[in-house]
Amino acid sequence: MPLAPAITDLEQLKEHPEVARLLAWRPEAVEGAKFDRGELAVILRRADIRDACAFLRDDHELNFNYFADLTCTDWYPQEPRFEVVYQLLSMSRKARLRLKVRLPGDEPRLDSITPVWPGANYFEREVFDLFGIRFEGHPYLRRIMMPENWEGHPLRKDYPVEGYR
Amino acid sequence: MGHLPHIASLEETGDRTMILNMGPQHPSTHGVLRLILEIDGENVVRMMPDIGYLHTGIEKTYEAKFYQQCVPLADRMDYLSPFSNELGFVLAGEKLLGIEAPERAQWIRVLMNELQRLESHLVWLGTHAIDIGAMSMLLYCFREREDILRLKEMLAGQRMFDSYFRIGGLAMEPPIGFFDRVKKFVDAFPARIDEYEDLLTGNPIWVGRTKGVGYLSAKDAIALGASGPTLRGSGVDWDLRRDMPYSGYEKFQFQVPVSKDGDVFARYTCRVAELRESTKIVQQALAGMPEGPIKADAPKVVLPDREKMKTQMEALIYHFKIITEGFTVAPGEVYVATESPRGELGFWMVSDGTPKPYRVHVRAPSFANLQTLSKMCEGRLIADVVAAIGSIDIVLGDVDR
Repeated sequence: MPLAPAITDLEQLKEHPEVARLLAWRPEAVEGAKFDRGELAVILRRADIRDACAFLRDDHELNFNYFADLTCTDWYPQEPRFEVVYQLLSMSRKARLRLKVRLPGDEPRLDSITPVWPGANYFEREVFDLFGIRFEGHPYLRRIMMPENWEGHPLRKDYPVEGYR
Repeated sequence: MGHLPHIASLEETGDRTMILNMGPQHPSTHGVLRLILEIDGENVVRMMPDIGYLHTGIEKTYEAKFYQQCVPLADRMDYLSPFSNELGFVLAGEKLLGIEAPERAQWIRVLMNELQRLESHLVWLGTHAIDIGAMSMLLYCFREREDILRLKEMLAGQRMFDSYFRIGGLAMEPPIGFFDRVKKFVDAFPARIDEYEDLLTGNPIWVGRTKGVGYLSAKDAIALGASGPTLRGSGVDWDLRRDMPYSGYEKFQFQVPVSKDGDVFARYTCRVAELRESTKIVQQALAGMPEGPIKADAPKVVLPDREKMKTQMEALIYHFKIITEGFTVAPGEVYVATESPRGELGFWMVSDGTPKPYRVHVRAPSFANLQTLSKMCEGRLIADVVAAIGSIDIVLGDVDR
């Protein structure tokens, strides 16, 4: 069956409670939203990610109590280069939400969401290890997959798939 | 809820405690898992897992392969449950493309996925029991597992890494007589589960080693991102097959075992009950298997039948193009989560219009469940660490990818 076109117009997307409540909470935090292939994604402003996660978790109507995934996509050579993606799940509403934050290529930093969900700990370490994004406020930001003395961030697009060794 | 202090640095220790390395090579760590334990006599004061010994860069490798070439790669992540990985990958690819596998393919996928769950839980039970000391359990569980491996060999030619699912359906029809052999196996299996329960559930040594050990509260389980039996053993009633169904699971009737106790014994009872539920699902799948094609009607994506390929020109051209150039996928991204035997296995797939995925990230259930280990083991004995590792059922291929 052919794919329906993606909807990126915020006005149309306000019918989704997630978009409506986020806009009602802090409209300048939402930089955009997209509904594609049945999935909703909200692009947030970088400074607001921790507060937005806390809001989504604690809000009684949205109830995104479960943190499912945190990862990053490298859009080299486009700027802003990195796109950190969060997948949230609301068990009571059986709904998923994706949050995205775009970061520039040099010195990418982002607030850690471990104060909101401790389960993001390993995921943020993995993104730091493989992409080089520093998470501020993380209790133990060290490499997790690669050896401690490894140089370079393997999942970046300018790192060869064969590696350097 | 603040961050977990016990995952902080282990640099400062007093005179009383000792740092013990439960090294990557250890019979009870279920793979190359390194645990750094700070112990005070027999008690574990703090513990930190150190992973990455099995990191093979699968996510990077996905970016270098065509979509159809990625399926054997997906198999090898969680190596004790290959069909779950394949199912997740293939469902993500189908969602990106906007195609749906036909009904017969979905039912066979459910059947194989549940057989896979049986196989994975058998390995879990055997290794968990032998770690705690019940040595014969390993051989009994592996005896049943051998039957399932032979079934998989009959189906797809390989015992473990079948690469049987494809984006759009299945690789080929199951051979004649396959479903009869599956039926024979699952009809005899519940009696075997009774045998295992006889040996372990009422056993005072087993109960003594597992009850009250490795406690994880429901609040902690959700905050730490645990999933699967680790989450259900702590009282959270959440199963993706029932609550957000995929691949036709909504047509099957099964219970989801949940236990309020939150200890190793609770997770054990959940998984043993899941063995029974999966057997029921397989029996339902066998009874109601629909007829029909096993590949979707999408000639640009799904390989044509070999007979058609040999006689029709368009089929030959499609076959050639798909194999040599791959099929392009419209730009976009999806996150598809399935319930693997370990928990929520999610595939985040980004495509940019080329025949190779731009980014594939696997949300591995064992990676998230491993974070609960520190919470479970602090303040307890070293021997309880072994029981707790077994109870969260981690597979290092899943953790490290």
